[in-house]
Amino acid sequence: MKVALIKYNAGNVQSVRYALERLGVDAELTDDSEKIRSADRVIFPGQGEASSAMSYLKERKLDQVIREIKQPFLGVCLGLQLLCTHTEENDTTCLGIFPVKVKRFVPSASGQEKVPHVGWNSLENLVKNPLLKDLPDSKFMYYVHSYFAELGEHTLATTSYIQEFTAILHRDNFWAIQAHPEKSSVFGEKLLENFLALPSSSPQIY
Amino acid sequence: MLTKRIIPCLDIKDGRTVKGVNFVELRDAGDPVALAKLYSEQGADELVFLDITATVDKRKTLVDLVTQVAKEVRIPFTVGGGIGSVEDVYSLLAAGADKISINSAAVAQPELVDTLAREFGSQCVVVAIDSRQMDGIDWVHTHGGRKATSLQTRAWAKELADRGAGEILLTSMDHDGTKAGFALELTAAISGALTIPVIASGGAGTMVHFKEVFTSGKADAALAASIFHFKEIGIPELKMYLSDEGVVVRN
Repeated sequence: MKVALIKYNAGNVQSVRYALERLGVDAELTDDSEKIRSADRVIFPGQGEASSAMSYLKERKLDQVIREIKQPFLGVCLGLQLLCTHTEENDTTCLGIFPVKVKRFVPSASGQEKVPHVGWNSLENLVKNPLLKDLPDSKFMYYVHSYFAELGEHTLATTSYIQEFTAILHRDNFWAIQAHPEKSSVFGEKLLENFLALPSSSPQIY
Repeated sequence: MLTKRIIPCLDIKDGRTVKGVNFVELRDAGDPVALAKLYSEQGADELVFLDITATVDKRKTLVDLVTQVAKEVRIPFTVGGGIGSVEDVYSLLAAGADKISINSAAVAQPELVDTLAREFGSQCVVVAIDSRQMDGIDWVHTHGGRKATSLQTRAWAKELADRGAGEILLTSMDHDGTKAGFALELTAAISGALTIPVIASGGAGTMVHFKEVFTSGKADAALAASIFHFKEIGIPELKMYLSDEGVVVRN
């Protein structure tokens, strides 16, 4: 199976690559549009700042490549946020795959809930979906983020921190996870395994 | 709900775990990767590797270790010990570390914190503070707690947060090694004053100490070394206990 990891100016790509390696997949880190288009799976990892990431993608016309992808596609962390319509992070227009807005957490008045949201938090309200098949009972994932996607019709799971937000999104051949599956122990590994196991054919069947 | 984190700390010298570990499950208890995997399987939420190697080959050995850990361990980990430049940080993050921790370098050149936060994002910049109390005032110390500075711990923590540190790893040198409990008052004061997470370190001896540091100490995470290495407390039993006591942890 050919897995393309989209190369852009985002950190933490190596960890995603190692996580795939543990699942027996040798992913290629690339910004070559042909390689991305011809891969069986495309993963859009991320950690970093939204506006510079979007500029980087646009300069290389990867924004258009991503919108046209037909095979299973997975955004992770900043990757999820960039697939939404807009983020408050430096007032950035994003790719618009998901009709969802990304907002900044406002620390709770008590000061008990800090920003960024760092650590392990639980997934709730899971919708039946091939990505969420046969998951372990303990549904905790590792989060590090200051911005969150609002709830919407494409929300597959939620997490609560200061308020309820979208943990996982799905639309057609696009999936996205706010937490870091590559750092979320057995649970995250299962999500990645499920993603790799998705049928490769037409989007309508998902 | 966001859980409180339990973080075992591994001291590393020349690529090996030191300070002794006591694990029958491991054929080679000095192998940090094997120990890291074991802790990860037992439910540790994160790991910290503190490199105390003094040789010139230090950086290369550490980068090799980080690569190995990143390949095999499925939870986040932080690397610290003698990190003093953007290049050091770049090589460790590129090798797969999730976060780096700086200590003496931040005291020597505080603007390094701003630079690292800007270059790599606050999320991967942990700043460690070694604090010792003298005449009722908490002072920042460097060089493993041996060297006093003119910085007061609370003000320094605030400055670090303002400069862009992502988390504070607060070690009370007065409590470290005593097994008499964490520095609750100091931890609570700093955690309460900051909007970034605080990891408490120094003094863990019993499971009750962990409960205290998460409740009255207001810590977001607790770090310990020897009690885990010598199996005085197992991570699964600790989490079970905390959960029974109403502290939200990942089980």
